[in-house]
Amino acid sequence: MSLIKTLETPAKNTWCPGCGNFGILAALKAAISDLGLDNEEIVVVTGIGCHGKLSDYINTNSIHVIHGRVIPVAMGVKIANPRLTVIGHAGDGDAYAIGMGHLPHAARRNIDIIYIVHNNMVFGLTTGQVTPTSPRGLRTRSTPFGNPEEPMNPVLLALTSGATFVARGFSGNVRHLTYLMKEAIRHRGFAFIDVLQPCVTFYNTYKYLRERTYELETTGHDPSDYDQALRITLHSSKERVPIGIIYKVRKPTFLEAIGFDKPLVDYDRSNVSLSRILNTLR
Amino acid sequence: MIGGAAGDGTFLSGNILARTLMREGLHVFATNEYLSVIRGGYQWYLIRASEREVYSQISRVDLLVALNRDAIKRHKSLLRKDGIMIIDPKDFNNISPSPDIRLVKVPLTDFVHEVRGKRVMRNSAALGATMAVLGYNLETLLSVIRDVFKGREEDLKVNLLLAEKGYSHVKGDSKINSIKLKKSNKIFITGNDAISLGALKAGLGLYVAYPMTPASPILHFLARVQREYEILVFQPESEIAAINIAIGAAYAGVKSMVGTSGGGFSLMTEALGLAAMSETPIVIVVAQRPGPSTGMPTFTSQGDLRFVLHASQGEFPRVVLAPGDVEEAFYLTIKAFNIAWKYQVPVILLTDKYLAESGKSTVLDENLISIEEGKIIRGTYRDVIPYRRYRLTEDGVSPMALPGTKGAIVKANSSEHDEGGFVTTDPNRVVQMVDKRFRKLRELEREMKRSNPVGIYGDEESIILISWGSTKGPILEAQNILRNQGIMTKFIHVKWLAPFPTELLVSETRNKNVIVIENNRTGLLNSLLREHLLIDADHKILKYDGRPFYPEEIAEEVKEVANL
Repeated sequence: MSLIKTLETPAKNTWCPGCGNFGILAALKAAISDLGLDNEEIVVVTGIGCHGKLSDYINTNSIHVIHGRVIPVAMGVKIANPRLTVIGHAGDGDAYAIGMGHLPHAARRNIDIIYIVHNNMVFGLTTGQVTPTSPRGLRTRSTPFGNPEEPMNPVLLALTSGATFVARGFSGNVRHLTYLMKEAIRHRGFAFIDVLQPCVTFYNTYKYLRERTYELETTGHDPSDYDQALRITLHSSKERVPIGIIYKVRKPTFLEAIGFDKPLVDYDRSNVSLSRILNTLR
Repeated sequence: MIGGAAGDGTFLSGNILARTLMREGLHVFATNEYLSVIRGGYQWYLIRASEREVYSQISRVDLLVALNRDAIKRHKSLLRKDGIMIIDPKDFNNISPSPDIRLVKVPLTDFVHEVRGKRVMRNSAALGATMAVLGYNLETLLSVIRDVFKGREEDLKVNLLLAEKGYSHVKGDSKINSIKLKKSNKIFITGNDAISLGALKAGLGLYVAYPMTPASPILHFLARVQREYEILVFQPESEIAAINIAIGAAYAGVKSMVGTSGGGFSLMTEALGLAAMSETPIVIVVAQRPGPSTGMPTFTSQGDLRFVLHASQGEFPRVVLAPGDVEEAFYLTIKAFNIAWKYQVPVILLTDKYLAESGKSTVLDENLISIEEGKIIRGTYRDVIPYRRYRLTEDGVSPMALPGTKGAIVKANSSEHDEGGFVTTDPNRVVQMVDKRFRKLRELEREMKRSNPVGIYGDEESIILISWGSTKGPILEAQNILRNQGIMTKFIHVKWLAPFPTELLVSETRNKNVIVIENNRTGLLNSLLREHLLIDADHKILKYDGRPFYPEEIAEEVKEVANL
């Protein structure tokens, strides 16, 4: 069993004091530790942005990739070795702007990875520009006269794309986020968590989110009810933001659908014979 | 030559005929031309067969199977004097045969009606007629049809019947003597087939590709055999996804390949840098077609050489290999995997439509090249603690533990990093890491020198022809034509474009009349000669109309530029 201590690394943490990423990292470590996972059996895949430094701060296998490509790299790792627990972390710029093309496909494909989006509704590491989840009117360095666009709803997109585990969390509620991560890791299939977080430097929503988020688990929400999940996602008011498992269903994963029972990485291919196939080409 | 409309089954019947002639003991080469349409566009399949090995098409046609009017209109002029043309009188009721063409009328459509077949099966009757015209017996053709339609009993029966009808209709009217040779073990494959076979042999576990002409046949080939070879073949949402999936899988220990053309490779270029920086092995097939942009999707070009050499930001060692024929495509693919995994670098296999889709009869030795894996750590790590993914080593190659290895935490990184894989901007560590990656270039240059990076054909003479990639076949044939006219040439075919075989080429070209031959507008190999050898070719023979070279035109141009 891995204790939280063994998940620490010597890397110096450079997130801003009070950054929402601290809560997400704490929840991740607690989830791994609570589930008794082995560091060597976990692969954390991170994208580009402040969240991306997370791979330096956790003592598991990791690959820090290019902007927007967390999902395909994570998928590749999982395809190669399904014994590994593959946890993707992306920012809202990463996941919903440049890398958006991958989300609906990962959802409908039901590849068995966890995808945690650090959604602070702003670009942090590039010093404050809009993202697809920034509210309309938000003044940032790239929108000095206010954001002209309507924000997208990533949870709705995941639901309508066929994701089999859809949740929303809040980085300021580490206990609840730990629970969500544990359930996401336990889930077989594509597990998506949109984590609302403040950016203390460029868009501090801490107080706003603290006051408005409420835990779905206390409302009697049935996460197996797809219609209810859609209703909650479509109709929740800006004044009350639900966090929790919004929808969860068991469907065949990508690898189950293909019918592979042995990990690709386990095949010894040092002596492949072509003789049969060559015969068909005569 | 078989010419017809898209949807007429021109290519399948061409494939059947090529394999039939090969089984009769001949060497065959086959190429095609088609448009980016599914139905109705004109397309042709051209087979050259000979008792000696053949390397390309030639411009003269002996026999034309014309399945529509376009075939006659476009290709009648290619028929040699007394050439034979097989037609269906239903298609051409008022055709006026020219005196120097021998017309063989076969009621293909009527035959199809008689046996209640589909229109596309006219080909089988035409093939039967072709075998009779060529003076062969029918059995070899029937054996190929049986193999091709295996498992589709109803179609098989009708096609066999039609082949017999076409054959009997013509039999006795034989005009060309058949050449009977000892039957051999040859196979008939395209460049794409050869790459697929090479990848399987090399230990491919995952092929990911988004459809793009002319690389898609690799996707189809490998998808078809994936269960038998227990590999995974997958088509994701984009080329960007494709290469990133492949990199993820390679990081986790599975030999992975992607294949595309220039446009798809444009989308892959950022991830090419990810592979280089994270030192993840990857093999990328780039099958060129004319650009820029969409260009001409179904035609051929060698316009992407500089692009693949420089693609992606920053400086890093890469390997670019360009096979010239199906045999080199097979062996260089195995080599590409060996190198990618031994040195943990991206390797690009650069082909083009002409090589990718042209077929050739050949014999492959699947045990010629041994499979190398490199410094891979599986199971349990037992060396210096802690494991460091980017440990500094003499040759620049760090032992690569796979995630899941006991005792090793494997941290890979697209950001500049230290030995442990943690992000760094420390000036000393940065220089150490850049130098470590470039020590691999020194090793790759040694590997290149050991690997016959250029092919040399012909005798020591003052005229040196230099080319790369698929121009090899037409140039070898052109050398033959020139030799018959008493003109001796030496042909240097460059297979390694990166690292570049500079020293070898310097000694081969010193004080010689150098003619560079390329399928592009600006002479990209010539620009490499200037860069590495500090020489400029005396002449360039360039073709950029989307079509491959014909040997006759090369021979003519060589004579012209060399003032012979």
